[in-house]
Amino acid sequence: MSARTPQLHYDAVVIGAGTAGLTAAVRLAEGGARVCVLAKGVGSTHLAPGTIDVLGYAPERVEEPGAALPGFIAEHPDHPYALIGADAIGPALQWFAERVEQGPLPGYRYVGGLDRNQLLPTAVGVVRPSALVPETMAGGDERVREAVCVVGMRPLRDFHASLCAANLSHNGSSARAVEAAVEVDRADVNSVGLARRFDDPAWRAAFAAKLAPVVHAEERVALPAVLGLRDPRGAWEDLQQRLGRGVFEIPTLPPSVPGMRMFEILKAALRAAGGRLVLGAEVIGADRAGGRIEAVRAHASGHDVHYHARWFVLATGGFASGAISIASDWTAHENALGLPLRGFPAPGQPRFVADYFAEQPMGRTGVAVDGSLRAEGAENVFVAGASLPGSLPWKEGSGDGIALASGHRVAQAVLDAEATSNLRTPA
Amino acid sequence: MSTPIDELLRGSLDHCVKCTICETACPVSNATPLFPGPKYAGPQAERYRVADEPSVEWSVDYCSGCGICTQVCPQGVKIAEINAQARHKLKRDKGVPLRDRIITRPTWLGRLGTPAAPIANWSLTFKPARVLGEKVLKVHRDAAAPKFAGRRFSKWARSRTSPVTGRKVVYFHNCGTEYYEPWEGEKVVAILEHNGFEVVVPKQDCCGLPLQSSGLFDDARKVVLRLAKALAPHVRDDDTIIVGNATSCTLMLKREAREILGLEDDPDLKLVSERTYDICEFLLELHDRGELKTDFQPVEETVAYHAPCQQQGHWIGKPALELLALVPGLKVAEMDARCCGIAGTYGLKAEKYDVAMAVGANLFEQIGASGAESVACDSETCRWQITHATQRPSVHPIDYLHRAYGLDGAA
Repeated sequence: MSARTPQLHYDAVVIGAGTAGLTAAVRLAEGGARVCVLAKGVGSTHLAPGTIDVLGYAPERVEEPGAALPGFIAEHPDHPYALIGADAIGPALQWFAERVEQGPLPGYRYVGGLDRNQLLPTAVGVVRPSALVPETMAGGDERVREAVCVVGMRPLRDFHASLCAANLSHNGSSARAVEAAVEVDRADVNSVGLARRFDDPAWRAAFAAKLAPVVHAEERVALPAVLGLRDPRGAWEDLQQRLGRGVFEIPTLPPSVPGMRMFEILKAALRAAGGRLVLGAEVIGADRAGGRIEAVRAHASGHDVHYHARWFVLATGGFASGAISIASDWTAHENALGLPLRGFPAPGQPRFVADYFAEQPMGRTGVAVDGSLRAEGAENVFVAGASLPGSLPWKEGSGDGIALASGHRVAQAVLDAEATSNLRTPA
Repeated sequence: MSTPIDELLRGSLDHCVKCTICETACPVSNATPLFPGPKYAGPQAERYRVADEPSVEWSVDYCSGCGICTQVCPQGVKIAEINAQARHKLKRDKGVPLRDRIITRPTWLGRLGTPAAPIANWSLTFKPARVLGEKVLKVHRDAAAPKFAGRRFSKWARSRTSPVTGRKVVYFHNCGTEYYEPWEGEKVVAILEHNGFEVVVPKQDCCGLPLQSSGLFDDARKVVLRLAKALAPHVRDDDTIIVGNATSCTLMLKREAREILGLEDDPDLKLVSERTYDICEFLLELHDRGELKTDFQPVEETVAYHAPCQQQGHWIGKPALELLALVPGLKVAEMDARCCGIAGTYGLKAEKYDVAMAVGANLFEQIGASGAESVACDSETCRWQITHATQRPSVHPIDYLHRAYGLDGAA
């Protein structure tokens, strides 16, 4: 034995366990690759609302994302969607919807697609255009003209029914708020604590009984997205039945219960396909050989571990996740593999503009890639999700769509390359 | 005491963006209102904790120290470690119950209990004795209590010579193996020898984890440094590594003692930390190199596998799953509930027993639904808790390798 750090070998190593990383990993594993996902921690799923927003604003509100994409791509040739290709986005959504239906949550499914954006209310009661959404949210579309009763739950501080209802009314919907006092045996009540209560049929029945008398005859019921983690479809249908009307979920501030469902679905798909997930393993460097990366070094307790692979997918995110950071000398760095960046303002150029909501000069920074999402200077590394340069997800309403479609796309690129090369040797 | 590592841990709270991911994963705050959650008790409350001033809130005593919050944090905040230090400060302010000074000393208990095993074991199943134990010592009357084996692993190890092969590993057996499950150690030795290793078993003692997790840091430091001093001389060359089957104790040596107890600079502990491997981690790496023997006979059985929290704290995934997959015929159902609740000595404590059982409820339910006859799990205290709650036998994953190698008759 030598005192070297441990070395493990896989066909593909995916770095990051958010939507992009998990999508790539599941698809690779389903395609027959031995896959290992390395992640510093749990990622974007638990913070995002669990909807797949493909293109919401360009810059006016987009009604039909499928129809708008070719024009959007023509105007933004460096945008991730331009590299992924408009035709590859629909199949990625379809693929995801199938994984949800085959997943561990009975009957839970996503509805919609690229034909038409759903116009769903956010927690503050403004419209969020989203292509593919959990069925439990779909009833919130603003084009449904029925009045809305937004239900707040007293101990939950991450959802303010009166604010939500006031903004919905302001924008032309008929909405009002009620507050339901609920008992949650938990010190610091958040959406997860409530979701665990909604998993319990008896608790749910008592909640519905309390709510029924205060809802008016013609109203739909909007609840914060806390309708359970184990069987949300069952909980949703149960409440609709008990209340005798349409019920829909509105995403809350984090933690995001629908996002956690998404994580569990993708995790279960990864497990079923034989992929491995290592949480807590921050990637802190790469072993290079010329233009290739031979292995990545991941931090573990006691000693680091080298994970070798023929292919790597970098899906660690951008500034928000800490995957890209700016040093005190105003240089920007990709922290896992040290890959070159694109889109960061050159020295002397402005980095910020005064208008907070305007496009910020450093907003499109990401890992430099070629036309097939391959990292510059590392021929066996593909990049997916918020690590990609060229987009403004928060302005475009495109983050989850980019994550899903690019994760799906890079997995296909790896599988294609494996199929056409003779590199593939059985372990 | 403020050492650089303390500052490093405390400084990590500035990376907290309040994303609440730790709150979604915490097994304890999701089971009881007594603990408000890792973010609340950790990065948030820490801002109000000032050295040499009284503790600001006491709920952190209900943190079980499982470490899952740190594992899932995407920003690298050392939440569990901050909370462990807060618990230490709390214990210092509030005083340490006699119980915590006793049940955190597996060596004392083992030395007392081993020669008197029949009586000691009888008293652990004798209700009036347990009721008395609860009243006097605050150890819950129903808590899972392991049985003394009546013999010590180290005595067996000293009685034999491992064949010299030129490939040496050092075996760190823990207190559980020494006093309660010596057969687990015998199986580890058999598997390593079957794979051509000479197994060295140095004289050794507790790693101090129970003391650390109960906030008794000064005692824990003495104990773990003594162990590091005992193990380090065996790995001074460039080649030799230490393997252990008690995943929480190997984690203590790898990381927790250095981070939580502020022992980053001790050279012996540093060396031991870098060289220590969990047994499944080591065997999987051997397999990756094509050096693990795979002369496995079929084991026609369904086993539930639970990766304990402390195993997850190694940040190496679940190597046991990949090893068990090598055994023909063996069907493995991976449990995805996070924690069994016991967290070492946490679930033994009278005031925490119900919390621990509630924490584990999800796992126990999954085990019940899995149809598995037995449960594989890398930590002995978790195995005892699982057996206590599910009435199913629970063994270390390597037991299945041992059986599949056909070593049953040989040990």
